[in-house]
Amino acid sequence: MNDAKIQEKRILSTGNAACAEGAITAGCLYFAGYPITPSSEIAAHMAKRLPQVNGTFVQMEDELASITSCFGASYAGKKAMTATSGPGLSLMAESIGLGVMLEAPAVIITIMRGGPSTGQPTNASQSDVYQTRYASHGDYELIVLAPSTVQEMYDFTIRAFNLSEKYRTPVIVASDGIVGQMMEVVNLHSNIELLERKKPQVPPEEYKPFEAFDDDLVPGMAIAGTNYSFYVTGLTHDMEGNPEMTPEGAEVLIKRLCDKIKKARPQINDWEEKHLDDAEIVILAYGINARGVPEVVKRARQKGLKVGYVRLKTLWPFPDELMERIAKLGASKVIVSEMNNGMIIREVQRFRHLFTVSGITIPTTIPFSPKFMYEKLMKEV
Amino acid sequence: MSPSDQLSISPEASCHPLIDMLNLNRFIFCPGCLIGTVITSITTCLKERGLTSKDYAIVSGIGCTGRSSGCFKAPAFHTTHGRAIPFATGIKLANPKLKVIVLSGDGDLFAIGGNHFIHAARRNVEITVLCVNNNIYGMTGGQVAPTTQIGDITQTTPYGNIEPPFNLVSLAAAAGATYVARWPGYDTLRLQKSIFKCIDNQGFSFIEVLAPCFVQYGSKNKLGDAVGMLEWLKKQIKIKIDWPPHQATLDYKKGTIICGEFVEEEREGYSQKIEQVRNNVQNKKIKIKDNKEEYD
Repeated sequence: MNDAKIQEKRILSTGNAACAEGAITAGCLYFAGYPITPSSEIAAHMAKRLPQVNGTFVQMEDELASITSCFGASYAGKKAMTATSGPGLSLMAESIGLGVMLEAPAVIITIMRGGPSTGQPTNASQSDVYQTRYASHGDYELIVLAPSTVQEMYDFTIRAFNLSEKYRTPVIVASDGIVGQMMEVVNLHSNIELLERKKPQVPPEEYKPFEAFDDDLVPGMAIAGTNYSFYVTGLTHDMEGNPEMTPEGAEVLIKRLCDKIKKARPQINDWEEKHLDDAEIVILAYGINARGVPEVVKRARQKGLKVGYVRLKTLWPFPDELMERIAKLGASKVIVSEMNNGMIIREVQRFRHLFTVSGITIPTTIPFSPKFMYEKLMKEV
Repeated sequence: MSPSDQLSISPEASCHPLIDMLNLNRFIFCPGCLIGTVITSITTCLKERGLTSKDYAIVSGIGCTGRSSGCFKAPAFHTTHGRAIPFATGIKLANPKLKVIVLSGDGDLFAIGGNHFIHAARRNVEITVLCVNNNIYGMTGGQVAPTTQIGDITQTTPYGNIEPPFNLVSLAAAAGATYVARWPGYDTLRLQKSIFKCIDNQGFSFIEVLAPCFVQYGSKNKLGDAVGMLEWLKKQIKIKIDWPPHQATLDYKKGTIICGEFVEEEREGYSQKIEQVRNNVQNKKIKIKDNKEEYD
């Protein structure tokens, strides 16, 4: 299948296949993974597609190896991806921190299922949204995208590659068992802008692997197989990569690693919003669970209630600016709807000084129906 | 200022013949430790082969030997504990032209990273793995390792170790490594000969380097200081070539330590096989049997 052919296609696809196709479109040439329901179709699709485009597919011995080999491939100059679900992401946790520390671009897809532990492998869930943000130890910021349609599985995977290359960081796409496995029509676009990582900005003899020259705080990245020599380590390090054990050294590095993501929040954060101009109540949802919200809002507005909604497309870094915007536009209440025992609601509750916060937060495996949400909404009015 | 910056390099060291390839200020090893000779042996071989830093990459895990990757002026990666081999696999498969060398310790490669070792050997990924076997967890204060001998005293076996150790060369051979050798760290000539073979081998190569830790291991088990331990080791060792790997005993108590080359065979490497699949798929020589384009 040649590229031109892909780009014009309008196809019926599962979310997982669309995600894999998005990775191919983004230029992913290395995939390492380990089978896990409900994400395995991504690996299956990559196994079929990568040899066709000169890429490399490996089924590794576990998730620890999968993610680590992706960072190795990334430092050899390839765009790399792995896909898993909650239990696998738990195993990847340590190396996510390695990716942050080495500033190695890579994309991690997690298709959320019920937890904790083995949980409900064949069911969907949104109970891993904290895991995507906080899985690894230490202070760090991570970018997490939340698709709610099959089209977005394709689009957000491409965007995840762009963000990971631009900011030199692992990026997670947090989908769920329903979006991953359901089928919808997908437009495989042409003319997508693909971003590549920043190259070293100085000659080899002056190069320091963690020296950031630009305002974006992102250093140029040398790769193996070029004239650049460099040492990168998971230890706290200085600009040259030397292990750095002073308190000041920790502060300088950790602040830069966090700030490069925080500073870029206006470019990273994305959401869909409706009726915020006049809304008194705003329903906030994301992922599969946001699919029924427009219907709820439509019905409520037919009744004359001033209800609006926002759907988060990026979960992390959390869009504080959106909360301020909701308050500024005059809403007095935000109802958070999510398929877990209350996670994103705690982020929204940080803004209780601006509006009241309530939630429909149930650790269930099926998205809330519009009827159910409407009834809940009526109790809040 | 980091501690490593404070290490000044003596005028003698700045005349080191490998100064262009080594970062001498990152040598943090105890005086007398054989990790240094392993690093210089690798570097000597790379230099003699005419390889420069754009031709190779060095990967290490965590621990004393884990810190060795920083000593190379090359693309060098200090990864997480146990994950040096998967990281190296990623580099090799993404750029098969590179010579990828993993240099790590026995705890890193065979306890926390044991699963990766056997699978990389099974796949025959074209990487070289050098295990500096010091029979103990040195950096964390001398705890029992999967290579510690029965009866040995360590920080976490104060009454003596009750677990038998792995025989690393036998394990490597059983898992499918296509080159397997064991040498004492002081025997740099034989070690270098082996490293050359690893560099040339189009498959998974493994060398176990005996480098007992006199600080954490020797002192607790009354095996002497740095020099004393090496002299003791030298007396015990028997060199065997083409000896069956499962008979390559390593028993410090009985004094039967077999060193030598145990496996040397040709088997197609993993990245070559991936390349073949790519070629066959692209030239339509193989197709997916059930080729209904399911969802795409």
